Amino acid sequence: MADPVIQVENLGKKYLLRHKAAGHGGYSTLRDAIVAGAKALPRRLFRRNAGGATREEFWALKDVSFQVPQGDVVGVIGRNGAGKSTLLKLLSRITAPSRGRIVLDGRVASLLEVGTGFHPELTGRENVFLNGAILGMSRDEIRRKFDEIVSFAGVERFLDTPVKRYSSGMYVRLAFAVAAHLEPEILLVDEVLAVGDAAFQKKCLAKVRSVSRSGRTIFFVSHNIGSVLEICNTGLLLEEGHLTANGPVRDVVARYYTALNDSGGGLSAGSFQGPLSKTVIFDRLIINDAPASGSRLIAPADGVRVRVEGRALADVPDFRTTFSLFREGTRLLTMHDVATPEVLPAGRFEVTYTIPPFLLRPGDYAVALGGRRVSGDDWVWGTDLSVLSVLEEWGPGCDPDDHGWLNVPQRGRRICHAASRNGVETVAP
Amino acid sequence: MATQATRVVIEAGREDRAYLRDLWRYRELLLYLAWRNVTVQYKQTLIGVAWAVVRPVATMLILVLVFGKLARLDSGGVDYPLLVLSGMLPWQLFASSMSEAGNSLVINNNLVSKVYFPRLIVPLSATGVSIVDFLVTCPILAFLMVTDSHHLDIGWQLLLLPIFLLLAWLAAVGSGLWLSALNVRFRDVRYVMPFIVQFGLYLSPVGFSLSNMKRIPEAYKALYALNPMVGVIEGARWSLFGDGTTPDWFAIGIAPGIIAVLFFSGFWYFWKTERTFADII
Repeated sequence: MADPVIQVENLGKKYLLRHKAAGHGGYSTLRDAIVAGAKALPRRLFRRNAGGATREEFWALKDVSFQVPQGDVVGVIGRNGAGKSTLLKLLSRITAPSRGRIVLDGRVASLLEVGTGFHPELTGRENVFLNGAILGMSRDEIRRKFDEIVSFAGVERFLDTPVKRYSSGMYVRLAFAVAAHLEPEILLVDEVLAVGDAAFQKKCLAKVRSVSRSGRTIFFVSHNIGSVLEICNTGLLLEEGHLTANGPVRDVVARYYTALNDSGGGLSAGSFQGPLSKTVIFDRLIINDAPASGSRLIAPADGVRVRVEGRALADVPDFRTTFSLFREGTRLLTMHDVATPEVLPAGRFEVTYTIPPFLLRPGDYAVALGGRRVSGDDWVWGTDLSVLSVLEEWGPGCDPDDHGWLNVPQRGRRICHAASRNGVETVAP
Repeated sequence: MATQATRVVIEAGREDRAYLRDLWRYRELLLYLAWRNVTVQYKQTLIGVAWAVVRPVATMLILVLVFGKLARLDSGGVDYPLLVLSGMLPWQLFASSMSEAGNSLVINNNLVSKVYFPRLIVPLSATGVSIVDFLVTCPILAFLMVTDSHHLDIGWQLLLLPIFLLLAWLAAVGSGLWLSALNVRFRDVRYVMPFIVQFGLYLSPVGFSLSNMKRIPEAYKALYALNPMVGVIEGARWSLFGDGTTPDWFAIGIAPGIIAVLFFSGFWYFWKTERTFADII
């Protein structure tokens, strides 16, 4: 094994959670805000910095240790809130650890977002230099690669146009192009490949692969299990801040799917995000009448019946729930419980969704669930709540020859112009 | 294999020992950010960089009207507009550098939460705009000096002017470091800064000359001189107008000390807290 270029020992990151939104936001009227602010002022001025009744420690990452040898491409996977992004922020020195130690051997570049520091008023050319400098490139380095960056992005004609006039696609392509031409010894990447159209994503993945072939170490955080499997050779699995698996990427992904299925139908509130996540609570997700883990293996002929049990803590007007299936990071389908949003009264509720037999082809599907209040534009949303594995049971409704993600009823048609072909044949000899 | 120079050790509870080395490594970024701020400043405005001249000149006219015409204060041996502008320029350099620096981290929160670099670069680069604005306004001061009706006798002291301007900038950076770091935690700072700038303009000898304050007891003068900009403005005027003026040497003498305290304490506080910026911004 080559010498490790990343060594992490007992790494931990603690955040202090304040239980009441203090000061900013959360007030419905100016009067409320003033009254609450006046009441809170003495406490806020004289409070101690550590502890206090309103604060709670939260370890986003705890006791994480691992080593990465040079040239490895490491995929970090885990559910939302498992600590993936925190780990990346610690490695890229954006935030400081509360415990432990990190040793990085080599120039590090991190890519937590494409186009960080892009300024809308500056031209494409100016932004390339600015963004390059922000990512840690020297001016000579950017100059040397400038033409390559521009042709990778395909924006030659718009170099002297302010990027605020760019289409969003051009903007993202240029931003990624700069990042793709970084040549650090260690590259830390977060989800950024999930931008642009499919063709551009393919180009990006190819670029990451070629970077990895040149012996550099890549640390890749993604929800997209497909691209993790495609470019990474080792994997790290994070669960609730702990490192639970570390090894060849296929084993770690398998372990991740098992972990997702083990939750026994119960949903944790931490899986959901959004302003409505405190009002609309999803408690249980039951698939094909059984919450147990094994039952998420689904025969194509069975179809999928999803039942969700939840609670609304207050009346939510103009609301509908949303159920989605993702495959390799692509949102495959979306369903709602009601066609037009209507009030969800306070109290328990149950919603069901049905996916007809034979629609899903064999493979793994990640479940996402949530809802939206259309009038207030408030939402709640949780992804990777569970995984459905559709079994490879081939038959009349599920033909192994039909590659792709969905089966659709036979809608093709064939018309043969046999008569005219015969006509040609008779003339020919 | 990586050399010792590129090895980075991050340990919990310990400040970065390689801070100055990193600061040097990122010096190009400092220039790029300063250049970006300057370039963007007057984009999509009709008169562009002329705003850098219009703003101080308009303020000068008001101060001339209030102190010179209405209050009929003594102008200390030069034309009143020149007296005001000579105080106005160092004051503007200080005030706008300080506010730009103070707001810089919050404005650039996307950088702070997404990329690593020594955070000191952000407030430092923010002062670039004010320096450019200052340089643009300088010719007007030169013009007023040449056309002054008292035929100024400009002497060797002019060579000391850069030192007083540097002091103004250091005072701005020192307070800007305090304010920007505090602003990350308490957004109240954003509302406090305009007051500092507004009151400071009247509390510092911008619209009048200290020679008008002869009847004030010495004890109060010492208190007054705690505002480092008093010494800086006095010193700048002395270096511009030469031997004819009698500056407040006490104020000039203690200003560098106060500014040094401001600068080093600001740097210390910023350095101590910068590793938490990304968590709370």
